[in-house]
Amino acid sequence: MEMPIIPFLICFPLLVSVLMFTIRVNKIRNAVAYISAVAIITGTIVLVVQWAIGGCKPIELYVEVEWIDRIILGVELFCMCLLTYLCFKYKKYWISLLSICPTLLIAWLDLFGPEREEIFHIYVDHLAILMCLIIGVIGCLIVIYAVGYMHGYHHLHTEIEDRRYYFFMLLFIFLGAMFGFVLSSGTLWVDAFWEITSICSFLLIGYTKTPEAIVNSFRALWMNLLGGTALAVGVVLQVIDTGNDSLQLLVSGAVLRNAGCVIPVALIAFAALTKTAQMPFSKWLMGAMVAPTPSSALLHSATMVKAGIYILFRLSPAMDGQEIGSMIAFIGGFTFLAASIMAIAQSDGKKVLAFSTISNLGLMVACAGVGRQETIWAGLFLMLFHAVSKSLLFQDIGAVENATHSRDLEDMHGLIHRLPRLGVFMFIGIAGMFLAPFGMLISKWAALKAAVDAHNIMLVIFIAYGSATTMFYWTKWMGKLISATNDPPFKDITKRNEVISLTIHAVLMIALCVLFPILSKIYVEPLMLEMFGVAHAVLPMNVLYMLVVLICFIFIVPLLAYVFSKRIKDVDKIAYMSGINEGDDDSFTDSFGEPKKLVISNWYFKDLFGQRKLMVPCIAITTAVIVVELVIIIGGTLL
Amino acid sequence: MAKVKRSPWLLHYDGSSCNGCDIEVLACLTPVYDVERFGVVNTGDPLQADILLITGGINTQNQSVVKQLYEQMPRPKVVVAVGVCACTGGVFKDCYNILGGADTTIPVDIYVPGCAARPQAIIDGVVKAVALFQKRADEYSAKKERKN
Amino acid sequence: MIYRVISVILFLLLAPLVGGLLDGIDRKISARMQGRIGPPLLQPFYDLKKLMAKQTIVVEKAQTFLLLSYCATQIFTGCMFFAGEDVLMCFFVLSTGATFLVFAGYITYSPYSSLGASRELIQIMSYEPAILLSCVGLYLATGTFNVSSIIQTPISLILVLPGFFFGYVFMLSIKMRKSPFDISTSHHPHQELVKGITTEMGAKNLAFYTITEWYENVFLLGVVALFIVNKNPWSYLAAVIVVLGICFLETLIDNVSARVKWHVMLKVSWIVTILACGINLMILMLINRG
Repeated sequence: MEMPIIPFLICFPLLVSVLMFTIRVNKIRNAVAYISAVAIITGTIVLVVQWAIGGCKPIELYVEVEWIDRIILGVELFCMCLLTYLCFKYKKYWISLLSICPTLLIAWLDLFGPEREEIFHIYVDHLAILMCLIIGVIGCLIVIYAVGYMHGYHHLHTEIEDRRYYFFMLLFIFLGAMFGFVLSSGTLWVDAFWEITSICSFLLIGYTKTPEAIVNSFRALWMNLLGGTALAVGVVLQVIDTGNDSLQLLVSGAVLRNAGCVIPVALIAFAALTKTAQMPFSKWLMGAMVAPTPSSALLHSATMVKAGIYILFRLSPAMDGQEIGSMIAFIGGFTFLAASIMAIAQSDGKKVLAFSTISNLGLMVACAGVGRQETIWAGLFLMLFHAVSKSLLFQDIGAVENATHSRDLEDMHGLIHRLPRLGVFMFIGIAGMFLAPFGMLISKWAALKAAVDAHNIMLVIFIAYGSATTMFYWTKWMGKLISATNDPPFKDITKRNEVISLTIHAVLMIALCVLFPILSKIYVEPLMLEMFGVAHAVLPMNVLYMLVVLICFIFIVPLLAYVFSKRIKDVDKIAYMSGINEGDDDSFTDSFGEPKKLVISNWYFKDLFGQRKLMVPCIAITTAVIVVELVIIIGGTLL
Repeated sequence: MAKVKRSPWLLHYDGSSCNGCDIEVLACLTPVYDVERFGVVNTGDPLQADILLITGGINTQNQSVVKQLYEQMPRPKVVVAVGVCACTGGVFKDCYNILGGADTTIPVDIYVPGCAARPQAIIDGVVKAVALFQKRADEYSAKKERKN
Repeated sequence: MIYRVISVILFLLLAPLVGGLLDGIDRKISARMQGRIGPPLLQPFYDLKKLMAKQTIVVEKAQTFLLLSYCATQIFTGCMFFAGEDVLMCFFVLSTGATFLVFAGYITYSPYSSLGASRELIQIMSYEPAILLSCVGLYLATGTFNVSSIIQTPISLILVLPGFFFGYVFMLSIKMRKSPFDISTSHHPHQELVKGITTEMGAKNLAFYTITEWYENVFLLGVVALFIVNKNPWSYLAAVIVVLGICFLETLIDNVSARVKWHVMLKVSWIVTILACGINLMILMLINRG
């Protein structure tokens, strides 16, 4: 079966990126960006439909790929040269080694290495389709949003050189690379696309060219390249030991405790830890927040970091009960807790989102590390909900920043009154992150249950504590949004395309919550069947029914309560304050008899939960665990 | 006394008293007098209070405070002036900053004399206030019913 | 099925009575401990009646709506529990309801109420791990989260889950707003934050809040009973006795301890949870594995 749609999805964004770079007239480029985004969404849907018509069976394509291999090798060598040039330009010489060594290693393998068995290079199954949908739909919505956002961004930050052509070029290259990444099944291809996404992320972080951005971008680069190096070494070992470069065969080999597969699996899993910004590699994602918001939304929250999760899910059957599995589960669980604690001390909205991203990714990583069917079920839903709600939140915070010139949580006091539309979107996004009956919570429920079943004590404790801290920083933020205020409303300068993207996200979020049980039945359970060969319902029937009741309940109760509270005839009183209320509920009379504005701010506990205090010990602990475990795994296999 | 099965919640405000009456008011809560046996709770929140207990006179600075506290209390409500200062201004009556008793600012229902007012007298005043509160509450609900 | 319906209806009707009565007993015992006579046993009901009769006041209109949502979710939690449903899900809904209360505190202009809401959040953060781990303990001991199956256990779960029981009871004093952990609002008339999160709730709103609290307490004590009951019908009597004992214990602790600062509460409750529940968890898992 030929499926032209697959090369289209990978190559078309790359072609568009060339257009983006060459067209220097904003209006025309914007129009091209819109059309291409819609084309990519359509392409994704066509792929899904074709796959569904084929009976949702896994599709395997491309056996003879000699010339594509050469092209990919060429691209990799080009990337190496580019990175080496940039590293020398900014005097970060040693980082170039992390690019040169693995690339040359791969080139050697490709040209002079052992003969490889013929395998399918493209593999489309449930998991890949899910990822394609996330990349296609959410990615393109973010592109649409970015068109409006970048306009406002350069309006606000006049000191930054307007290089939108370059920005959009990178966005589209990234989309193409992501499609390539999730659709390919040869580890050599996976490695190549992996490198490209790392480079896109690096270049986007450095977009503003401020000293801070440059430092942060190089930090992101070396951490990702370190993972890339591990991946490359893993691939080379795999080819040498097993004689093929198929991801599927690697996993099935590892499930059968095939000695040649253990180290490659461990190295690839390690690479995934860097990509998903788990401790000790979390700092690059924090630094990545200096990039313009669309790239934060697209790369550093909704899609690119999910690449690591995706590869871990692929490997997860090989991790159940293995040493590497317990390492991954520990690192994931630990990151979940530590990052959510550190999120409490942040007042910059984007930083909170970054920490919560790291934290949620940690939970997904832990789910993959346990490697049971139930945990993957939970992890998949976490991924789906996280992608939608985080994308929504990032875009929203970008729009808020453009309107209010601040993204500090304290400045969002009463945002729902001052900037109603964006406030409501933000509220929905946050509710999606942790409140019942939104999916995050159900996933957490399943993750907890699965962790207990897998007898993973540490993970159970991490989840129990982590969900408490998660609740804290989100509710604190939501409380800030709905606080009463008499301050005048802001002028909502959100562009129409931004609103379109936001609205679709919000609708998607609510739809996911409502359709959640159905989705589990018709999509995720077949996925489980495909991955594990068995699929028993993770949610018992009674929980499912209760969920439906709960969903109705949560949506109806506030409505009824609203109607009822409207009917109550009441008398307004002024608030009780620490002094005489001036009568406007906004200021009080101070001890000098002067009116003083009342400012209520949140708690951040910087001295207790601050990043400065906790980051170093956390990095130390996780580094130690990773080093020790990897030594045990590699040593144990070699001896 | 046992017949007054209601729950009057007090808000105690210290105007410009010498603290003598305040100590006596607090003494009412101690085991010796234990006003809680009548369901009396000394709350600090005007929005939840039924009876406003004022000690000390009203001066230019606290007049607006007293007014605001009184307004923040939901109806039905009763005001008790405890001690001679709260009743009339007492020894401070002619001070440059004293306006007089509590009734210069808000309507006072019960006057408890004494300097300082004795706990027995305070309890007596509170009990009277409870009876009045009871009456007003009944009137209030009757009025509400008529409206409906 | 019919048993479930009956028990839910009984819960809906009796919980406020039981909750109010327990509250009255608590006040009476507290007074006696302090050498006072104390209010009549039915005082909480008189209070409630008075609150309902007062003029309806609001500071911020949306507060009533949030409080009603809080009330409804907490009652729903109790219904789920007494219908024998999933206990972990009950606690998830309970904490969702608690967020409504926090919002009700945040939404007003008053700094006291707002600070109370922040403190309430810290309380939630303090007790949440203990709750989740207790559920995990119940699951480990019986293999199910379902209340209706848990009560069919052959031996009382407290025998295998003493650590979890301790952790849960410890958590109860935060949840029931007993000193030393009554930092967001307290049953004592005065607090450094006036009335904390309930500062802006007067009259009917306070009445809703009080009723909700009664429902919630009955549910929480129901979970205590879950540690005791087993197949034997006599165990229900034992459960009632233990529940009453726990109530007395909470009152005692309330009267002999002073309020602590929030970070002490957080540290103590997290450490107690990790020690009591964590060790019990580890032992259980080792036994189960073997």
